[in-house]
Amino acid sequence: MNLKPATLQSIDEVITHYPVKRSATLPLLHLIQEDIGYLPPDTCEWVAAKLELQPINVLEVVTFYPMFRQKPIGRRHIKVCRTLSCALMGGYKTCEQFEKEFNTHRGEVSPDGEVTVDFVECLASCGTAPVVLIDDDLHEKVDCAKAKQLSDQIKAEAKKR
Amino acid sequence: MAAPAQRRIIFQHIDEAGYSNDIGCYVRHGGYEVLKKAVTRKPEELIDEVKKSGLRGRGGAGFPCGVKWGLVDRKSGKPIYLIVNADESEPGTFKDRYIMHQDPHQLIEGTMISCFANNVKQAYIYIRGEMPHGARILEKAIAEARAAGFVGKNILGTTYSCDIFVHRGAGAYICGEETGLIESLEGKRANPRIKPPYFPAVLGLYQCPTIVNNVETLCHVKYIAEHGGEAYAKIGTPNNTGTRIFCVSGHVQRPGYYEFEAGKITMGQLLNEVCGGPLPGRKFKAVIPGGSSAKILRFGERFKGKRKVGAEMVDYDWGVEDVPMDFDSLGMIGTMGGSGGVIVMDDTVNMVEALANINAFYSHESCGQCTPCREGSLWMKKITTRMVHGQARNEDAALLKSVADQIPGRTICAFGEACSWPTQSFIAKFGDEFKSYPETKKTAKPAGAHELV
Repeated sequence: MNLKPATLQSIDEVITHYPVKRSATLPLLHLIQEDIGYLPPDTCEWVAAKLELQPINVLEVVTFYPMFRQKPIGRRHIKVCRTLSCALMGGYKTCEQFEKEFNTHRGEVSPDGEVTVDFVECLASCGTAPVVLIDDDLHEKVDCAKAKQLSDQIKAEAKKR
Repeated sequence: MAAPAQRRIIFQHIDEAGYSNDIGCYVRHGGYEVLKKAVTRKPEELIDEVKKSGLRGRGGAGFPCGVKWGLVDRKSGKPIYLIVNADESEPGTFKDRYIMHQDPHQLIEGTMISCFANNVKQAYIYIRGEMPHGARILEKAIAEARAAGFVGKNILGTTYSCDIFVHRGAGAYICGEETGLIESLEGKRANPRIKPPYFPAVLGLYQCPTIVNNVETLCHVKYIAEHGGEAYAKIGTPNNTGTRIFCVSGHVQRPGYYEFEAGKITMGQLLNEVCGGPLPGRKFKAVIPGGSSAKILRFGERFKGKRKVGAEMVDYDWGVEDVPMDFDSLGMIGTMGGSGGVIVMDDTVNMVEALANINAFYSHESCGQCTPCREGSLWMKKITTRMVHGQARNEDAALLKSVADQIPGRTICAFGEACSWPTQSFIAKFGDEFKSYPETKKTAKPAGAHELV
């Protein structure tokens, strides 16, 4: 596991938040995923050793929670809300627009490696539906026009690199 | 009758120009004065105030907060924990988001008052994983409060110490269920625990007595500590005290969050006057009043019975628009106030498709430990999805009902009820649409209708 020094420091700090080390399982997985972009194959053994657990104790957590991923994704993660309030306001069209913009399908990395588009369940911003979470940032009232505009921004940033 | 004015006690500063989420702004607006007074009082007095207030939990179940606190095992000799349930995951609910992002110190003050009142050793805020900014804002706010002596060791110079840590979830709805949340906080899969014996008040986090309260509930505690339980109980209506924040989404002109005295506004006033009514050229068809698991109401249906007004029993005869928005009234008409998430559907929506959307959600979110829920939620999803995208049959309504009827009461947690109530109520209220769906499918969709599944 090749983690940044800052991540290792955060890991040691967060373990002190709990009287039982096992509680730090989710925080550690978040920190590793934020550092590397996904959870590489040696994650479970590494976290288990760190928290004095068995690797299966960590693997069962990784596979339970939808936010943890064991494979790399695109450079940006576009999560479109699929649940009722967003769907009532056109969330499915929004998702299709992103798929079209990046020539990709839900759950796949786009051919240019730039994005992964996913449908996710309720993001708790139903009053501003449809909503989209791009990496850490929530975007509200994302109709097709706004989805196109957000896609253009991502493409423009990609070109600069 | 005109809708009453909003009464913002929890959302007082939400969207206020110039109001920021740092401690300086909070203190300038009188912040932490209530905590300063609270730590000079006896903890039992504070618990009494909450009991007198009649405060009911704002997470969904509406369980009286004072009773919850009264159940805490204080003789075990084990430390007591408090967990702030900031998982806000019931579809249609989006109130806690704004408290945490825009007014985090209100939550921290309410939390610390509750911790002091219950002699809590350590508090955790369990925030859903999809709110990374919210988690960072809370962490910064806690650090500010710690530096100012409101959180941490020897709070405000007293002998009382209690810290707060933020703990992030990772995208699982079931973490909103309090025992599932506790399992998750212990670093495990969020499989809810069976009750008895695992009542959090006795055997909660690390098998210690634990209080789990919703974000908004703890903000109400702050208000109660400031103004007294009796004054709080005068807001709202008897047994439905205080204010309620309604999160309105779907097909209305002005969706959003609105705080009113509980029971003082009707569904019709909320949707027609406050939210501006249906979209142009549309009509309201159905509404889910308390988060997606609450049973659906059909516009045009009527509810009759007797209810208690003061000491008397009086007859009521309500349409959906006439129902007062409080826990008890919504309970009387067979649904629930739940988390305050009001999802509105107009006449462009086909109910089979709307149910298919909800069923996909519950099937995705079932934790999988109880067979009736794991299998039942999956089959309800498969059947409704097939109806929309494959072949729809006349007998599907009866099949769906038979699956839904076999789930509730047969599971460890209330998810069994949550996932079956939509199917049961959609079929009870809109059985005609399910029966005619094979024919409806052959016709064109109404203009403006969206794909739902």
